[in-house]
This record gives sequence, structure tokens and C-alpha cells, in this order.
Amino acid sequence: MGDWIVVPIVLPAVMAALIVLAVRHDIILQRVFSITATLALVAVTLSLLIFASGNGPEMYALGDWPAPFGIVLVLDRLSAMMVFLTSLLGLGVILFASSEWDQRGKHFHALFQFQLMGVNGAFLTGDVFNLFVFFEVLLIASYGLMLHGAGAERLKAGMQYVVINLTGSSLFLIGVGMIYSVTGTLNMADLAIQVTNVASGDAALLRAGALILLLVFCVKAALVPVHFWLPGTYANAPAPVAALFAIMTKVGAYCVLRVYSLAFGDMAGDMAWLAAPYVLPAALVTLVLGMTGVLAAKRLNSLIAFSVIGSMGTLLIAIGLFTPEAISAGLYYMLHSTFSAAALFLIADLVVSRRGQFGDSLNTAPRFHQSGFLAALFFAGAIGMAGMPPLSGFIGKLQILDAARDSDAMVWIWSIILVTSLMCIVGFGRAGSVLFWKSASVDGEITVDGAKWPVLPIIASCGMLGALVALTIFAGPITDYLNGVSAQLFDTSQYIEAVLGENALSLLGQ
Amino acid sequence: MEFLVASSIGLLTTCGTYLLLRGRTFPVVVGLALLSYAVNVFLFAMGRLTINMPPILREGVTEYTDPLPQALVLTAIVISFGMTALIVVLSIRAFLEIGNDHVDGRPVGAPSEAGDKN
Repeated sequence: MGDWIVVPIVLPAVMAALIVLAVRHDIILQRVFSITATLALVAVTLSLLIFASGNGPEMYALGDWPAPFGIVLVLDRLSAMMVFLTSLLGLGVILFASSEWDQRGKHFHALFQFQLMGVNGAFLTGDVFNLFVFFEVLLIASYGLMLHGAGAERLKAGMQYVVINLTGSSLFLIGVGMIYSVTGTLNMADLAIQVTNVASGDAALLRAGALILLLVFCVKAALVPVHFWLPGTYANAPAPVAALFAIMTKVGAYCVLRVYSLAFGDMAGDMAWLAAPYVLPAALVTLVLGMTGVLAAKRLNSLIAFSVIGSMGTLLIAIGLFTPEAISAGLYYMLHSTFSAAALFLIADLVVSRRGQFGDSLNTAPRFHQSGFLAALFFAGAIGMAGMPPLSGFIGKLQILDAARDSDAMVWIWSIILVTSLMCIVGFGRAGSVLFWKSASVDGEITVDGAKWPVLPIIASCGMLGALVALTIFAGPITDYLNGVSAQLFDTSQYIEAVLGENALSLLGQ
Repeated sequence: MEFLVASSIGLLTTCGTYLLLRGRTFPVVVGLALLSYAVNVFLFAMGRLTINMPPILREGVTEYTDPLPQALVLTAIVISFGMTALIVVLSIRAFLEIGNDHVDGRPVGAPSEAGDKN
């Protein structure tokens, strides 16, 4: 199985090159290649997931250079789950985009495959500098995707997005440099050991480096006060791209979880749980700010973008608690919020494309085609995002509340999560009633050109909602798996021994 | 030498940060470039500053300079070079399409439209 770990990175990379070199003039062939590659990716990542659920962490040494000198990829339960999530989301997005969006600019499919490569790489890598490289790969692809189809608003938002992320990349390098200068390693497993050996005079440097790195991950995860790029970017990105970006914020959350539970976790002595005092308060503010934005939004897409910020707040509250129960609850909510955000962006595009010149502004307008059917889809998506029963958001939030019961900040967490859930319901309820109910009483009908029943986009949107239903129905087995994930995260010795060999732990604290 | 390297990194970072916070795209691009230079030099320094030493470990060599930061700097330079090219093209495109070169797409003093911000 070991060699298969590299496939989720190599397959999209080869496909992207093939698409841009061989079939760039034929949109049908591009679609066939892209969808086939994504289907194959789903199959590969599913088998990796099944493998990881029955085994300990597995390492793949790139170029067969031994760790910690070479770069390693590590497949454990968490990374297997994340690459599977990415490929499922990617499948929905590529089906949606293949009906019409991919023709509004050039090279959509190639950029999309590069994006998948970067995201999968970031999830699989076991090396901090390699993480930076995969961040760049996914960012470069995302710049192209974000600007797909262009237009003044999108260029403006894209410019800000690029500048913020370039600054973030510079900070990432500074943080990595500081960590390397005192530990002499970039391998995450080796870092976990070297952190315990750092001289006390260098501890401040290490701490500063680790916190700069935390800031960079928080930019990715759109945590307050570095969330400013998200609303503009998501609201102005092409709909399928916005849906795909639902996984990008999760990359940031994943990195917080990975680095600060492995290298700065239980074993790190003075540095133990370095991130915990910062993540939780920031996450609480993020949740309040996101859901306030939902109430204040004047456009459908920015409403959804702010709800994404809110859901990142909820997710990072769970991660910021850094207990096994909270993390398995948070991971369940992460699966849920990825699919629900993607579903909402896709449904919003179906709505917007039928409203003609009214676009995505939250005003009453005459009826449009299939408003009843789309209202039903939007209703389901909104229930998911707000975390109401019967969909999986409710289970996720309930688990997070339950896990927060023993926390010192329990009063804050409970009250903020519950109040913001109400704000989210009000915001989405208002948007839905303006878009669908009030508009039903206006005379006339908007007619726009184009397919009456675009088959692929509707399949993709329903597929995303179907994923929420599946998460709800199979909540039991999924929670069992997630408990395994967080148990493995907290038992870091498994990860370290898988990368560095059996005797690695004897070097601890020397 | 430590003082020289440290103060030049500091100067580059200061200028880069100042320019990054300007409102027009051209200073921002230059600021990003300066910031990436500062980071590159900083990365060099993370393997400690040594002069006239081989970047390799072999028999008979006890003093050497750390080769890893040099490899990392090479990667960082390639990436930041590509990124600078991208953002130059992007800001020209934004200037042509929006009609001005402000990062938030509107000239100083112009009233914000109600529907513009979310």
C-alpha cells in the first residue's frame, strides 16, 4: 500500500499537464479527462481511507531518502480522511463546472487538477517546508481559478486575495526559518522530538516561530483578525470555485491541528499546547463576526461567505479545546461544513443564473424558472449550514457543545454557539423569504437563455446535499472512525515511530 | 557581519511593510518584492552565518555551512519570482479593467457605493 500514498498527488499533476498540453483545444476531451481523473482519485483515496482505518500511520519516503533528511509523505487516519473529503468535493465541483462554467475562461480543468494536487499534498506531507511548497501550489492554482472568467469585481477581490496570501507566504517562510534555526529539522515527526531538546535560551525563538506559523495557518482558516480576504474572495469567485474553496479554509484548520498536536502537543514540555490560548478566543470572535455578517449581508453570495467564516469559527472552537472528544466532534463538523458550504454556493449559482439582471442581490424580483425546486434545495442547504435537525450540522454542533462541557470557557462556548445559530437561522430565513416567497407575489417572470434543466449542476448540488444526508444517517460509524482519528492524533508516538523508526522515541528530551 | 545582515533584513522588511500598506497597486507590488528579498536573506541566516566553508559534510571537514537553507532559499526565490510576475500582470489587468490602480478598486475620496460592500 505504501507506494499508493503518492498517487493522490501524482495523478492530478500528470492529468493537469496532460490536459493543458494535449487537449487544450477540445473542451469535451478536457471534461472527460478531468472527470475521469477525479473519479479515479475518489477510488484511490477511498482505498487509502480503508487502509488507514485498519492500520497505523504509513510513511512514503520521496526519492527513497531516509527521514528526517528527505521529504516524507505520511498517511494516517486524519490525512486519509482529508484527501478522501477533497476528492469527493472535487468530484461534485467538476461535475457542476462541466456544464458551462469551464467555458467562461481558459484552462479551468488544468488549474482544477493542480488545485487538487496542492490540497492533497498539503494533507499528506510530513515536512514543514514541503507544506509551504504545497501551499504555494494550491495558491497558484487558486489564483487562476479565482480569476476564471474575470470581470472588474472579481479582479479587485482577486488582487486582494493574492496580496494577502503572498504576505502570508512570506510570514510562513520566516516562521519556518526560526523553527529550523533552533531545532535543525523540518520533518514534523523529528520536530516533535527536537522541540523537547531545545536549549532554554532558544525557547523564545522557537515559540515565536511557532506562533508566526500559527498566524499563517489562521490566515488560511480565515480566523479573526486575519479573515478579511474571505468574504470578498468567496463572494466574487466563480460558483464552482467558491465551492471548491470550501476545502481551502479546512487546509488551515488541518495544519493547526496537525502541527500543534504533533510537534507542540502533550510531549512538548514547556511548549505543550502552545496554540490553545490563542485559537479558542479568536474562534469565538470569528463565530460572532461571521454570523453577524450573515445578518447584515445584502448579497446572497456574501451571505454564504460569512456563514463560511462562522462555520470556521465553530470548527476552530472545537479544535482550540484540544481534547480528544472535542477534536472528533470538530472533525465531524468539518466534514459537514465543507459539504454544506459547497452545496450552498452551487445552489446560489443556480438561483443567480436564473435571476437575470437581479443577480445575487437580496431584493424581491419577479419569479424565475424552477423557483419552487430551487427554494427546496436552498432550504435544505440553509438547514445544514444553520445546524438544525435533521441534517448533520445539528449532530456536529451537539457534539461540540457536549465536548465543551468540561472546559473553563464552557459558558462562553455554549452561549455563543447557541445565539449565533439563531442569528444564522434568521439570516438565512430572511434571505430565503425575500428570494423565494416575496418574489412569488411579484407579477411577471424572469426569462433567461440557457438550459431549462441543467442536468450536471443539479446532480452536483443534490450530491452535496446527499453527502449531508449520508453524514447524518451514518453518523454512528463516522463518529467511530473520527474517535480513532483523534485517538491517533493524541498518541503521537505512533506517527513518530512510523516516520523515524522504532527507536526514535528514545531520543526524547535528551 | 551579523549586524550588517540583521540590519539589512530589518530595513528591507520595514520598507516592504510600509509599501505593502499603501493604497495603490504599484507600491504594493514593490513592497511584496522587498518583503520576499528580506525573507530570502533571513532564510540564509537560519543556518547560521559562516564564510568560506564548504556546504557539504565529508571526511576531514569539521567546519561547514548548512546546505539546507541554500536549497530552501532557491525554492523560495523561484516561487517569489513567479509570484511577482503574476501579481504584476494581475495589477495591470486590474488597472485596465477597473480603470484605476487602487487596491480596493476606487480612487481616494470617492464615496463607497451602498451595494459595493457586501
